[in-house]
Amino acid sequence: MSLRTDLGKVRGLGSAKEGVAHWWAQRLTAIALVPLVLWFVSQVVGLAGADLAAVRAWIASPVVAVLLVLLLGTTFHHAQLGLQVVIEDYVHGEACKVASIIIVKFLSVALAAAGIFSVLKIAFAG
Amino acid sequence: MATGGQPGNRPLSPHLQVYKPQITSVLSIFHRMTGVALAVGTLVLVWWLAAAAAGGETFANAQSVIGAWYGRLLLFGWSFALFYHLCNGIRHLCWDMGRGYELETVAKSGWAVVVCAVGLTLVAWVWGYSAMGAF
Repeated sequence: MSLRTDLGKVRGLGSAKEGVAHWWAQRLTAIALVPLVLWFVSQVVGLAGADLAAVRAWIASPVVAVLLVLLLGTTFHHAQLGLQVVIEDYVHGEACKVASIIIVKFLSVALAAAGIFSVLKIAFAG
Repeated sequence: MATGGQPGNRPLSPHLQVYKPQITSVLSIFHRMTGVALAVGTLVLVWWLAAAAAGGETFANAQSVIGAWYGRLLLFGWSFALFYHLCNGIRHLCWDMGRGYELETVAKSGWAVVVCAVGLTLVAWVWGYSAMGAF
């Protein structure tokens, strides 16, 4: 038996009015990160001791560049979602909490942009 | 309310310090701590990529910091955090599918995560050093 109304069930948004979007996005990015991280770590281990030319040649190859862009986008999306939950749990002052979440989200997008730009610069301009 | 004081001045639960640490609770908080540590570690990843794009002295600088003993120590810590968060994340995904909630299974999967994380970290570093011809 459920105590929820039919309308509540259809909307599926729960008491916070935002549904499971955050939870679902964190799981989707987690699933995507499993192969991406295993690929990245194995590649970086193989690059141990490599010089600039070798690192650039690796980044510039099309498959690597695309996977790196995916890795950066997914990583920062996942990190930002996780840090938000940590902040919501441990920062109790409302203003401080909201400010911290805004800073984390802005920083995540900025770092993702910087990382992706670096990859594309090497891929397109060498 | 029978014995409570003023609202807002009531004792709050949980009192974490009265609980004996258990494999479940320790691994749970460790998942968060490694997550936060990895978020900090992304700064180095972006720095390394930006340095590779900039080239020249910037890249040489980044390589020398990352290759120094403290850089390698940090990388070692981050690699363990990454493997731990990865393995325990997969454990979480299994829970999300409604599997593995029996107390005995939870403890077993927890220890499996620890063993896998340590094992993967060691494999990665031995592999890395042998790729550099250290052995």
